[in-house]
Amino acid sequence: MVGMITAIIFIPLLGALAVWVWPQRNCRVIALIFNAISAACAMGLWREFDATGTGMQFVERHAWIPAINAEYLVGVDGLSLLLVLLTSLIVPFAFVAGPTPGGRGFDATMLVMQSALYGTFTAQNFVLWFLFYEMSLIPAFLLIKIWGGENRDRAATKFFLYTFLGSVAMLLSFLGIYFAKGTFDFSALASLGKNGLLTGKLAWFAFAGIFIGLAVKVPLFPFHTWLPDAYQTAPTGVSMILTGVLSKMGVYGFVRLLLPLFPNEIKIIGPWLLVLAVCSIVFAPLAAWAQRDLKRMVAYLSINHLGYCMLALFAVAASPTVTANIDTHAALSGVFMQIFNHGITAAALFYFVGLLEQRRGVRGIRDFGGLMQRTPLLCGWMSVAIFSSLGLPGLNGFIGEFLIFKGAFAITALFTSIAVIGLLVTAIVFVRTMQSLFSGPLAEGCSAFPDLLRREKLVLVPVTLLMFAIGIAPQFMFNIFNMTVVHMTRLFG
Amino acid sequence: MSYLELLKLASPEAIVVITALAVLTIGLTTGREAASATVSTAGPTRNAGSSSSTRSAALCSFVAALGLVIAIGAVLMLPRNATLFGGMLVITPLTSLFKIICIALVFFTLLLTTSEKSLLHPGEYLAIVLLATVGLMLLVGSEELLMIFIGLELLGLSLYVMAAFDKNDVRSAEAGLKYFLFGSTSSAFTLFGISLIYGMSGTTGLAAISAKLATASVQPLLAVGVVMTLVGFSFKIAAAPFHLWAPDAYQGAPVPSAAFIASGSKVASFVVLGKIVLVGFAPVHGSAAWHGMVAGWSPVLAVLAAFSILLGNLVALAQSNVRRLLAYSAVAHGGYTLIGLVAGGRDGFSAALFYTTTYAITLVGAFGVVGFVRRDTGGDDLSNFSGLYSRSPLMAGSMAIFMLSLAGIPPLAGFFGKFYLFSSALRASPGHGLLWLVALALLGSFISLYYYLMVIKFIFVDKRAEPEIDHRLPITDHVLQKSAISLIAAAVLLLGVMPDILAAQILAAIP
Repeated sequence: MVGMITAIIFIPLLGALAVWVWPQRNCRVIALIFNAISAACAMGLWREFDATGTGMQFVERHAWIPAINAEYLVGVDGLSLLLVLLTSLIVPFAFVAGPTPGGRGFDATMLVMQSALYGTFTAQNFVLWFLFYEMSLIPAFLLIKIWGGENRDRAATKFFLYTFLGSVAMLLSFLGIYFAKGTFDFSALASLGKNGLLTGKLAWFAFAGIFIGLAVKVPLFPFHTWLPDAYQTAPTGVSMILTGVLSKMGVYGFVRLLLPLFPNEIKIIGPWLLVLAVCSIVFAPLAAWAQRDLKRMVAYLSINHLGYCMLALFAVAASPTVTANIDTHAALSGVFMQIFNHGITAAALFYFVGLLEQRRGVRGIRDFGGLMQRTPLLCGWMSVAIFSSLGLPGLNGFIGEFLIFKGAFAITALFTSIAVIGLLVTAIVFVRTMQSLFSGPLAEGCSAFPDLLRREKLVLVPVTLLMFAIGIAPQFMFNIFNMTVVHMTRLFG
Repeated sequence: MSYLELLKLASPEAIVVITALAVLTIGLTTGREAASATVSTAGPTRNAGSSSSTRSAALCSFVAALGLVIAIGAVLMLPRNATLFGGMLVITPLTSLFKIICIALVFFTLLLTTSEKSLLHPGEYLAIVLLATVGLMLLVGSEELLMIFIGLELLGLSLYVMAAFDKNDVRSAEAGLKYFLFGSTSSAFTLFGISLIYGMSGTTGLAAISAKLATASVQPLLAVGVVMTLVGFSFKIAAAPFHLWAPDAYQGAPVPSAAFIASGSKVASFVVLGKIVLVGFAPVHGSAAWHGMVAGWSPVLAVLAAFSILLGNLVALAQSNVRRLLAYSAVAHGGYTLIGLVAGGRDGFSAALFYTTTYAITLVGAFGVVGFVRRDTGGDDLSNFSGLYSRSPLMAGSMAIFMLSLAGIPPLAGFFGKFYLFSSALRASPGHGLLWLVALALLGSFISLYYYLMVIKFIFVDKRAEPEIDHRLPITDHVLQKSAISLIAAAVLLLGVMPDILAAQILAAIP
């Protein structure tokens, strides 16, 4: 199976090329075919994946730029595989979402972004990782800039400048680490990190640089201000990928880079990081409450959900005392579950907002009302996604959030208790939204709505089934990353 | 030393000179009548498309391109190492590599020229371009101050004429005059500096100077000589505060001339500047570390670099003309490249050379797109670029690649260029002494992102600004130029993904 990961990375690029040279009208079909191929490869990877191994699997290592010790080094562990699967799932989901602008330019750009995402999640050498990390930025920028809604200029530029500033800081930090340690290899750096990678002021500079770069990407309060604009303006499909996969790059970076590399620094300023996470969790839904635009509202709630991941990660890494392994294990498992669940659920929510927007032409909360009377199916399926998002037991969202709170509470009871407020506010926001959208008198302009069309059902049925499946029998997900969690628990414990 | 051997070792230069003469003859015999007829009807109704003049231009371009290709072949046939007349003409892997790079850059510049209608007398223009190429090759291939000066002058004089070549454009005349005045002043500085150094060391060969300086202490006279020489070269590479000619020259000169000034001339200047400071002035290196400045040439270059990065990037923010914007960004990029020289050593030099090469390739492509837009819309302001994406997606995509590469976004060549530069600078100084310069450069590249994005914004989004342009049909001819530009864009991408194909060559070539 060696070469499989490379194939996964390059198939979307080939797809982009094919879309570019193909006649205009079939481009979406071509894009989906290439999506299917890469998804099949990802499934193959999952099938061959040894769930009992802790290390990297399917490793490919080639010399690339010897001058700076950069290698082409890719491999997957449980976390990487989880994210590769998520990417394979969300990208085709985004392709069929509407209202999406057509044209081969759009499809080709999406495929390039997909390739960059696969690369980011599998690269195990900083230079390669950074290359893919940044490579995802350009397509995202272009997708917002060219095919976005109103204010796209401002939103796209803001998005790009923010993320790029973060990347520059991160790059500088890694250069510093490289000159101190002479390697860009993630696993080598992680094992060095246990004894403190750098010392003195330099360590703090490096920590700050990487932290800012990743915090912007996630985003963590107060680095989140680019996000509502970008998500709101982007076309539905792009919003789905932004929230479903791109934001995970930040979380992934925290797990893979920051926490293993700077254990001592995090222990020292851990409480402050927890404060930031709790702020994300509590303030974001409050902001969402005030929004009049559905997409913007979902965008703010997305910050809240990623805040849970951050809370658990910081709790695990920053706990001043040695915590019981079982709590760390629970919290980390929760984080990984939440990464996957939020990817599906948030993308589904954006998909529904897209459906509503397609039918009504606008997407203000006030523009809808009484939808239940005309479109019971749409409302029903959307409710499933909403309940999954606010963590109803039996649906996928619950598993991740429960484990996060269970693990984090045992480690830092104070911060976790405050974070519960966020759960509450999220529920209020969602329920109010459902109330004003679905019930009440039929709003004008909503009377001619068609209910779910057949092709929309075809898309929604598997996604919803997956939500239930994970909610009821999550073990098949745990199997993917269980050994990775065990390995990391040992690392942080 | 027989003349036959000299001819053999100088065969690339000789071939280019012969090509220049041939092109001149062809231009005179075939294009003269048509061109003079065009001059008499010059003005708004100028019709440069008369068939015989077009044919003459095509023939000239073809011969010139052929000559350059043969010259590249001749460079490849040269022996690995040779020295003539005590370093007046040297052949090392480094000189051969950069002769090839310079010729290739000129070759692509020529491809841009093929469709430049504003140039009357293409034969003469191409001949001057080829003579400038000889200047580049002499500069690259010499380790002797006098010969370097001759190369500089040959290059400079050709470039002044090239900048002023568009006789119907007052801006071109302004560009030529400004470039000439500043350039000749800088030549005077250089010559003065060289003469002082010659007076101190009694020799003009770089290696010999280095040996002499190693034993002498730093005297005021020597310091003046070194600084004067550096000032002269700062004009050439447009480092602030000696950059004042650049915006006008970039904006006013005909597009191919501007591309030449920005690419080939820049690469050769950096190669020779690097050789002078790192070989000739090696004993007076000094140090530019933050808390440990030691007098020498490196603090001077560090200050120039810092000035260039700040000034170039900040002033570029305010530009509304793409060529002016490129000029100010060129000032900033000159500053980045200087960091490599300040860092010194094999690493720093190769990083600087890699950076300036990728930069030159990118700028040739960018000027190709500018020329395209200029022909299509009649100007090169930012507003002329609006909606380029809908008129020609290929050109728009290529320009986006060039801009993003200049901004240093991976996976494009500009990113690895910067990466090499900054990492070599950090590594070169004990205790990260050059961190201040690197931090400044990172800040600068962050600022630069804004104006590069501005160009991209106009290309992709703003269609409203000039509605009458939107209705124009996409231009379908100029296949040659379009394919050249896409080839350059592909090269920029390739050098970003696999920088080692060039970086390893450069590193191996530096002794």
